[in-house]
Parts: sequence; structure tokens; C-alpha cells
Amino acid sequence: MNAMNDAPETGIPPFVLKDCALIAIATNKRASTLKEFRYHLDNLSPDSLYYHFWANLLLPRFEEREYINDFASWVRHGLSDTKLAEQLAVLDPTSFSDMEELRYHLLEYIDDRLEESEYLQWMYAVQRFEFIRSQIVVFNTRTELNEPREMLDLISTMSVSSIFYHFIDARRRTLNKVDDFRQWLAFFGESYQPLIDQLTGIDPYFSTLVELRQQLATTFQNYFAERVS
Amino acid sequence: MTTMLETYSTVTGADVIRHLQQLAELLKGKTVVHVNSTRVGGGVAEILDKLVPLTRELGIDTRWEVITGDSDFYQCTKGMHNAIQGNRITIPDALLNHFLEVNEQNANQLRAVLEEADFVFIHDPQPVALLKYCTNRKGKWIWRCHIDASHPHRRTWRFLDRFVRDYEASIFSLPQFVQMLPHSSYIIPPSIDPLSDKNVDLTQDELDAVQARFSIDRDAPMIAQISRFDRFKDPVGVIEAYKLAKKYIPTLQLVLAGGSATDDPEGEVVLDEVRNAAGDDPNIKVLQLPPDAHRTINALQRLADIVLQKSTKEGFGLTVTEALWKGKPVIGGDTGGIRLQVINFHTGFLVNTPEGAALRIRYLFNQKQKMLEMGVKSKEFIRENFLLTRQLREYLTLMVSLQHGAVDRIELS
Repeated sequence: MNAMNDAPETGIPPFVLKDCALIAIATNKRASTLKEFRYHLDNLSPDSLYYHFWANLLLPRFEEREYINDFASWVRHGLSDTKLAEQLAVLDPTSFSDMEELRYHLLEYIDDRLEESEYLQWMYAVQRFEFIRSQIVVFNTRTELNEPREMLDLISTMSVSSIFYHFIDARRRTLNKVDDFRQWLAFFGESYQPLIDQLTGIDPYFSTLVELRQQLATTFQNYFAERVS
Repeated sequence: MTTMLETYSTVTGADVIRHLQQLAELLKGKTVVHVNSTRVGGGVAEILDKLVPLTRELGIDTRWEVITGDSDFYQCTKGMHNAIQGNRITIPDALLNHFLEVNEQNANQLRAVLEEADFVFIHDPQPVALLKYCTNRKGKWIWRCHIDASHPHRRTWRFLDRFVRDYEASIFSLPQFVQMLPHSSYIIPPSIDPLSDKNVDLTQDELDAVQARFSIDRDAPMIAQISRFDRFKDPVGVIEAYKLAKKYIPTLQLVLAGGSATDDPEGEVVLDEVRNAAGDDPNIKVLQLPPDAHRTINALQRLADIVLQKSTKEGFGLTVTEALWKGKPVIGGDTGGIRLQVINFHTGFLVNTPEGAALRIRYLFNQKQKMLEMGVKSKEFIRENFLLTRQLREYLTLMVSLQHGAVDRIELS
């Protein structure tokens, strides 16, 4: 599943602009201790894992995030355990073949920490962790691009949810776990490799989607401005 | 694009409106009905007042129906409201039976509309039993709980649960509020309307007029809590905080202003308690404003240097959202949806006691630059997260989602 249609016989497929809307759903699973947290994590649906790593980027949050997933954030602020928070925060879902492998690594870190720290066996968090899942609705905006240069006019007008879909959600969908922009540019061979490299350098975790949209727009603008000069 | 949507796009950006239009396309031809218990006063009515016409402009046939009841009915529903928020109130069986009678009477009036609608949103407990009396309904019914239901009084919740469990879905403002139900419980925080009289930009003349009308000293520092006179909003605690802070800021002024809603019979009692606590301090203004005094409330929030919302229980705290939208730091109770909006040292401070509130009042008046920085951040935070258009988007998404079942990913061509 990706943003492109099947490639026509004659050439490169168009970039099909899609958009999405996401809604959060309660799971009624809550954790007050690390042991409870571990228990739920072991049984959590993949879409809930997805939510706490990725989809939360579409939800209200304030300024820069200290930790890049909800689990790490709760361990730090709910349980005040900096060590485990740092370990969980570094987990990047794109580094794993699937959600089960990601879950395995999460549990490994938690088990290790439970073994080494006695107080985490019984300590109650200052706030419970609420496990959430989500539903995502993806729809076609009827906009297609044939040339990368057309992105110049498009990106700044894209909705933030469309940015989410193509730049973040894509990493879960695409074979190489890259965003849709890079995947599409790769169809053009080596021509756009410098642009692909610049896009690789944009970390989606530490900006709001509005900022991310601006970063993408600037990257495309700078690239084509340099190409002209 | 039509006029209302055009106007919103000036605040939210055109991309937000285009996104709504594309989502609404997926619901073309559907009919939607919202039902609540008051057309004026309170956060629900304020949201529906704009949400309904905006949904219509997106091409979805949408109606807003209001149920009617007598004083016993509202006495009962006020008790339910308080019980859902955790008060151990036992509502007499006679009142509960009357509650059902009133719901049945309203169902008789609205049955045709409700049974035919594709989606029915029932807001809060007052009309919750309508579903029981609409046995031939064809659409999806959604119960929208605007209240902090994190620790409801069990007996009252069991009574309501008999009705809520038959809905196709429920909506709560925060995951902490969700009760165990046999259907999907969606999480949708509420929102404010940036173009309503309560939130729109005001002229300096209008601000001056309100300042003069209530004898507010423009050169003296001012704090305000704009909220219903309700014990959960802790207006007496605000007065205590003011008195503690005043020792260090002698010219401090406090405005406590509350609207009244037709479904809140307890307001007068609390108002008396507040007046007693205020005593004869000329720097405390206790104002009871009519339900349509939106521009006055708007002006008071803008005139304040700091806005308080020292609730001990709060559903979401739209008055917090309103104040942040006006660029004011908020000192809020560490509860409910206030936690989602007030971030320490960024948009304001969370507090648990009058003493805590007093400390933060003193801090902010001694850090004027910090206060200004917080104001700028606050406005952008609300623009991105808590405007009406975001809530509408989530309602549309929920409806699309209910049409397609419980899958986690719905791909539409």
C-alpha cells in the first residue's frame, strides 16, 4: 500500500496526494505500575502500539517533545525512571521488521529494568497510563503530481494530516520504511538523490506537523533554487 | 466555498477547511441530529450553536433539537451531573421515574426526526433515555459525555449505563473519563469557536466600556475566573487565593463572573456562598451575567492579566481554552481537561490549593515578560489543537468510521 498508483507502462507513476483523519478510541486498559504496564503491553493490539509511537503526532501536544513516544514519556513523568525512559525513547519502529519485533524490544527493556530495580516492582505512578488505539480514515484528494518540481506549489498548501500520511504513516506502509516523497523521488533514478538525502535528514519526531510542513516546503524550495542556479 | 467556511479559513487556514470538505464528501446524503437540553448557556450549547450550521455548510443535513423539562427534571439531571463527577448523591426513585417520563415525552415529540436520522448525537445525561423510546431507529446513535466521568457515583452510573450501553458508540473528552462499555468509546476533546462573540477580537472601545461598567481600575493588576457558580469550580477557593496574593500585591483586583444556564438550579446557592466569602472588599467584583453576555465575558477575559480556573472537577474546561486563545496565562486546577491545556511554565500553572494558586499569581506578576511569552505560545497552541474545526473533523471521522466498522484502517478510493 502506498501513495502511488500502479506504474503506467511508459514511465513513472504519479504522486497521488492522499489525506487522512485519525480518531482515538479508548481500550479501557490502564496501568498504574510498571508491572501492569508490561502486562498490557504484552497483550496490546498492533494498532494501539502504532498509536503510541506514531499516531499521537496528530494529537494535541505542546512544543517540542522530550521523549518521542508515549511509553517513554510516561515512564519518565509517571514513574520518574529516567533510565528506562531513555531506553524506550530510542526505539524507532522503522528499525524493526514489524510491530511484534518492536513489542519484543519494548518488553526486553522493561523486564531488564524490573529485574534491576526493586522499587519499580511496586511503585505507583503519579498518573495512570491510558492505552489508546486509533482508527485512521484515508481518502484520495484527487490531486496527482507528475514532476517533483510540482511539489513546490503543493507542500505549503497540504493539510497537516496529509503531511502525517505521506511523511510519517508512510514509514509503516512502504517496503523500505521511508516516506512517500522519497519513495516517489526514487522512481526518477539518481536525478533526485541529493533531495532524497536532504529529506532523510528531517526527523519527524521533534516538530509539530505545522513545523514539519514548513521544513519540507523549505527543503524542496532550496533544492530547486540551487538546481536553477 | 461558502461564507461561514470562508470566514473560518481566515483563522484556521484554508488547508483545514479543504480537509473538512473532503471528509464531508464521504458523508454526502446522510442526516445528522444533535440533541441536548439547553439552547443557551453552558459549553455544549455554545459548541452546537456553530457546529451545526458549519456541518450544514459542508453539505450534510444536520439538525439541533433541544429537549424540554420541568424543574424536577432539571433537579434530577443536576444531581446526575454532580454524581457523574463523583458526588455521592442519591437521587430519589421518584425523580428518576420523572426523568424517564420527561425523556418519553420528548421522544414522542422528536421520534420521527430521531428514528430517521443516520447519526444521532445525544449530549450528556439529560436526553440519554430517548434511545429507549425510539425503538424503530435506523441510524447510529452516539452518546457524547462532556462531563468528567472518571469516578462516577456508582448507583447513578448504573442507572445511566442501562441506556448508554445500547448506543453504537460513546464519546468522552479524555481517556481517563471512559467507563467500561460494550461499544467503542471515542476520545474527542471539545473546542471553542474563535468567531463567536465570546472569542472574537474586540475593539479597544468595547474593552473600555466594560472596564468602566464594572469599575475596573485599568492601572491595577487584575485576575479573573469566568465560570458558572458551581462548587466544583471552587470560586470560594479563588477568593482565598486572591486574599493570600493580595498581601504581596495590594492593588490586586478579582473578578468572578458567572453565566447561568437554564439547567442549573444550584447556581444561586453557590453565588450566596461566594458573596459571603467576598465580604465588602471593593476589589472583588462578583458578577452574575445573563446567558447571552458573551461579549462581556470576552472583554473580562481580555482585561484580566491572569485567568484562573481553579476547578476541583472539570470536564474539559472550555473557559481555559478561551483564556488561552486570548493570550492569557491560566492558573488552573490540576484536574480533568485542564491538564491537557495548562502546561506548567508554558501556558500557565496547574495548582491544587488556594495557596498554590496564590503562589503562581505572585510569580506571574513578578515575571511580566514570562507572562507575555506564555500568552503568545498559548494562542498558537489553541489554534493548532482546540478550535471548533478540529472537533468537527473528529465528528466527521467518527461517522465515517462507524459506517465502516471496527477496522483500524479505512482506505477509501
